[in-house]
Parts: sequence; C-alpha cells; structure tokens
Amino acid sequence: MFDWRWEFVWQILPRLIEATGNTLIAAGAGYCIALVLGLVLALAQRTRHRWVNMAVNEFVEFVRSTPLILQIFFIFYVGPQFGILLSPWASGMIAIGVHYACYLSEVYRGGIDSVPKGQWEAATALNMTTMQKYRRVVIPQAIPASLAGLGNYLVGIFKDTPMLSVIGVAELLHTANAIGSENYRFLEPYTMVGIIFLAISLPAAGLVRMVEGYVRRRMGL
Amino acid sequence: MLDFLVLYWPRLLSGTGITIAQFLAAAVLGVAISLVFGLAKLSSTLIVRGIATTYIEVFRGTSLVVQLYWIFFVLPLFGLTIDNFTAGYIAVGMNIGAYGAELVRGGILSVPKGQWEAAVAVNMSGFQRMRRIILPQALVNMLPPWGNLMIELLKGTALVSLISVGDLMFQARQINASTFLSAQVFGAALIIYYILARFMLTPCMRWLERVMARKLGRA
Amino acid sequence: MQDLSALPHELTGNTVPMISFKSVRKAYGDLVVINDLDLDIQVGETVSIIGPSGSGKTTVLRMLMTLEDVNGGVIYVDGKPLTHMVKNGKLVPANERHLRKQRVNIGMCFQHFNLFPHMTAIENCMEGPVQVLGLSKSEARERSEELLELVGMIDKKDQHPARLSGGQQQRVAIARALAMRPKVMLFDEVTSALDPEVIGEVTNVIRNLVAEHNLTMLLVTHQMGFARDISDRVCFFFGGKIEEQGSPDQLFGNPQRERTRQFLSAVREAI
Repeated sequence: MFDWRWEFVWQILPRLIEATGNTLIAAGAGYCIALVLGLVLALAQRTRHRWVNMAVNEFVEFVRSTPLILQIFFIFYVGPQFGILLSPWASGMIAIGVHYACYLSEVYRGGIDSVPKGQWEAATALNMTTMQKYRRVVIPQAIPASLAGLGNYLVGIFKDTPMLSVIGVAELLHTANAIGSENYRFLEPYTMVGIIFLAISLPAAGLVRMVEGYVRRRMGL
Repeated sequence: MLDFLVLYWPRLLSGTGITIAQFLAAAVLGVAISLVFGLAKLSSTLIVRGIATTYIEVFRGTSLVVQLYWIFFVLPLFGLTIDNFTAGYIAVGMNIGAYGAELVRGGILSVPKGQWEAAVAVNMSGFQRMRRIILPQALVNMLPPWGNLMIELLKGTALVSLISVGDLMFQARQINASTFLSAQVFGAALIIYYILARFMLTPCMRWLERVMARKLGRA
Repeated sequence: MQDLSALPHELTGNTVPMISFKSVRKAYGDLVVINDLDLDIQVGETVSIIGPSGSGKTTVLRMLMTLEDVNGGVIYVDGKPLTHMVKNGKLVPANERHLRKQRVNIGMCFQHFNLFPHMTAIENCMEGPVQVLGLSKSEARERSEELLELVGMIDKKDQHPARLSGGQQQRVAIARALAMRPKVMLFDEVTSALDPEVIGEVTNVIRNLVAEHNLTMLLVTHQMGFARDISDRVCFFFGGKIEEQGSPDQLFGNPQRERTRQFLSAVREAI
C-alpha cells in the first residue's frame, strides 16, 4: 500500500524515546510554573484593589486570546533586543508557563467560587485571618473541585510542547524533524510522534479522572 | 514604532487577510465535522460510534502541529498532494472538529428527555426530531463553549505558518528575520490577534448567542 | 454617614451588658432590614428572637458575628464597640484588625452547619483553637474531645461531615464554636434544616448548655416550645424592630400587641 519500513522505525525509536523524555520534562516544568503563577493570578483577581483586578483580568484575557507560538517567539526574540539572553528552554518554559497560568487561573477561580459562602462565614466565625481562610478552608476545597480542569490542562501543555521545536528545544517533534531531514523520510518519524502522543495523552486523561475521584474521596467530599 | 508600522503594514495586513481566510475555511470545515462526528458518536450503531470515537480521540490526543506536519508531509506519500494553504485549514479544521464534536454531543445530551418524547408523541421521524426539535435547543446550550473554541481555532491558525502559509504569524517571522525588530513586529502581531479575537470574534459569537436565544424565546 | 458623636466610646457602670445594640440600622439599598434597633443582653442571659421571615431576626445575629456591616448605630460587646473603633477621639467603622480582636468573644452556629467538609469532626473542632488561638495540637485535641463528649459525638469524632446526619453535624458545629471559648454564643435557626425526628438531639444539647454554663446566648428559632423553655427573655421581631419583648410566660401566655397575637396563633395553627 505504502512504503512503511519497520527496520527504520526500530532504528529511530531510541532517539524518539529520548526526546520523549525532554517533552515530558518540558511539560512538567511548564506545568509547575503555570500551577503556581495561575494561583497567584487567581488570587490577584480577587483582591479588593480594583486596578489590580482590572489589570490582571486584561492580561489573562490578552494571553488567552493570542497564539502560544507567537508568545514563544516574542519571549525568545525580544529578550536579546534588550540585552537579556534567554536559552530556548528558558524562553519556552516561560512562554508555556505564563500561557497556561492564564488558563489555570480561570480553573482556580471556578474552584474558589464553588466553595459555598457558608464556609467563608464559618471561617469568619472562628475568627480566622483572610490568609487562614484561604489556606485552611477555601483552597483545600477549591483544589478537588478544580482537579478535572487542572488535569486537562496538564494534558494540554503536553500536547503544546511541539511548538517549542520552532525555537530549537530538542523535544519530540524537533527530533522527528531532524530525523526526517537526515534520512529524507518523514512518514515513520511523524507517525511515531503521533503514536507516542496518543500513547501518553490517552492514559493520562484516564489517570486524571482517577486521581480526581481518589482525592475527592480522600478529602471526604 | 510608527515608522515601523508605516514601512511594514502592507505585509502585516496581507498576513492578517490570510489568517482570516484560514480561520473561515477551517471554521466551516470544523463545524461540519463537529456535527457529523458529534451525531455519529450518539449513533446506536456500534461501528459508527466506534469510528467517531476513534477520530475524536486521535485528534484530541495528539498535537495540532503534529497533525499539520503529518497532513502536509505524509499525505503526499499516499499520492494525495495538497498545497500548503489547503493542508493548513484542513488540519486546523479537523483538529477543532474533534473538540467541537464533543460539544455537539454534550449539547444534544443536555436537551431534556421530555423533548425527545414530545417529538415522538407528535410522530416525527428521527431526522425531523433531530433537525426541528433537538438541534435548535442543543445549539443554544452549546454556543458559549463554541465561543471559546473559535478563539482556539483562531490561535490554531498561527501554526500554519510552520508549513509556510503566508499568514500573519508567517509575515511576522519573515519581518523579524530581516529586521530583528522583534518587539515591534511580534508585539504588533500579538495586538492584531488580540483585536481579531476580542473585538471581532467574541462580539460575533455574543451576537449569535443573542439571536439564537431570541429565536427560542429565551431572551 | 450618620452622626455617632452621641454614642459612647465605651460602656461603663456597674452592670455593663454583654451585648448592646444602640440605634443600629441595616439596609440593602432601599430595603430597610433593621430599623433603629436598641437591645441590651445581660451577662449570662439567654434571649430568643422569634418573628416572621423577613423580619430581620437573622440579620441581628449576622451583624453581631460581623458577617454583615451596620449602616448606622454601634454594637457593643462586653462594653467595647464591635462594629466601630475609636480613632482620633471619634467612632469610625472598625478595620479587620479591630474586628479580629473583638470576634474572640463571639461564637456562632449556622442553619446549614457549615462544617468544613475536608476535615473530620474533631479536626473541625481543633481548627480554630490550633490556627487562631495558637493552642498546641494536644491541648486542642483534649479540649475538642471534651466538647464532643458534651454534645454526644465522641464516638464519631473521626468521621467526615458527609458521613454524619444533619443533627450530628449540627452538634459537631456547636462543639466547634464552643472550642473557641466564646463569651457569647449565637444560634441562627440551628434546627431549621433538620428532619423533625433529629431536632430534639440538637435542642437537648442547647438546653444542657443553658443549664450548666454561664454563656450569654442569642437564638433565632422557629421552635416556640423550645424558646419558651430555655429563654430568660423572648423578643418578637416585626418589620426590622422589636415589636414586643418579655419573659417567655409573659410573651407566650399574655401577649400585649396585636401582631404578636396574630403571629403566635398562626404558628400554633401550623402545628
């Protein structure tokens, strides 16, 4: 039917698997940045300072409605113009981290909003500080409510890491490109990349659902 | 910044035009795929449901970039040579269609069971039921998430620059490569995308939501 | 802003009331909920508030717990202003710091319990003592176990709220509030969300508290028999004001005002 060569697949598989490691590291690191920064953004959107709220809202809206790939280029190329040299890895992690932080801030916000008003009032009746209310009462309940969203965006980040290939991060797609142009064969590398993505993201999506159920049970919700 | 815009606005503008063209073509394809596969996923025939599920999971489980490369570089090996513009909107449309199919499925399931029963009670055929009773209500329910999906689609079109379609992203990269005025060119491109999403696409979707809600007497 | 200069910065004298509302007003937009309320509650007194829904009963408790701010007047707790503080020789609305200092005197139980669902019964009780009062975990545990014993929930101490019935949850909520050792306890319709057959287990706990502890208590309730049994005084609220108040025997046995009579007979008919 078409010219699929298994021996070529076996030959390139080790390189692809090695690159998969990089892809996973990139997704993991970007996600960690997004988790922390997203929470900061979500809390900043809830402060009493109207200007802070508006500025953060506008920023989140801006980042969410512009392409990640453009943001990656922006961070990678604009730094040097002002004398800040960022490695491809660093710019990639910043871009992905900030981009997904804006999505995660909405997830957190939904989670925080899902905590009933009575919980805030009970915390006030126990004379808690605002900090204690968030840390002890609200966030522990908001997180299980946000888990599905948080998990979906982890899979989302993973699937967006191929964009990092454009600034030379040696992840899966970058490696597949390299293999393809070295051997003038694109069928196997690109197909394998697709299969590797499927093999990771499908179980991951299932895992997210399992973890969510487990955490909710664990917390007595 | 101003001299920069004076010098390069024709290229940014033509890029924006291509971006909009890509967006429209991909949107039409995406909506069509969403409807077909969303309905197929609710089919009572196992094989139809299986095909729809496979399609949706494959396109949602892999990256748009990978799909784009595959369609552009691998399909020709099967004898299907397509130009980069077509490959671009096909990839974006097929990808968005997989996500849209889930929205269609969810929207249809959100229509109360009583509506199906009422449609049966007035002796409508299966096709009439779907077209006259269920889909219009499902459409109103799923329009808000479609607004977000359309923004994802617009952002997705930026990836077609990777197969050298001359869209806004592509023009920005070209200008950057020859001038190194990165902040200006990428900044301008970001703002154009933002204007398209926030001040053109979002109001359109809101308008559509209002129109549809009014048609259903919910406004 | 209303002129507060006529109101004292601190209540003094031989018998300073535990709680004192002075000309307190609360409105949501044009809707006046509490209209120029004056109410003193003495140390150790148990006062029930009854009245039709929308009469502002619950708002009285919520203002005392600082869940709602007041639009006029001042509330004093233990002689010191709660809703306001003295600044440059004037009463000004309290800031968060002042509120936190004053709230230590007050505990509250809610209609819908509002237990923290991610904590077990005993963790709910220990939360305030450990986090807010700074007690050691072992001290807090000891105190919480004592209180759970008191409300008859010691055998369920390691259960999460989702595993407890409404009556059980409310009893844990009472223990949680008591664990903060407040001087004043507020009970906001604590039996309204309960199935009829478990109301008794909650009211009995409160009866014991009244009998054995010298707490000042303020209750909003729809259980007229319960209010009659435990209260030193009953206030009938109507339209954001106290329409009539007196000893339980007086108010239930021989109401003076037409509205009180109407309300009481309507309530009796419902039973």
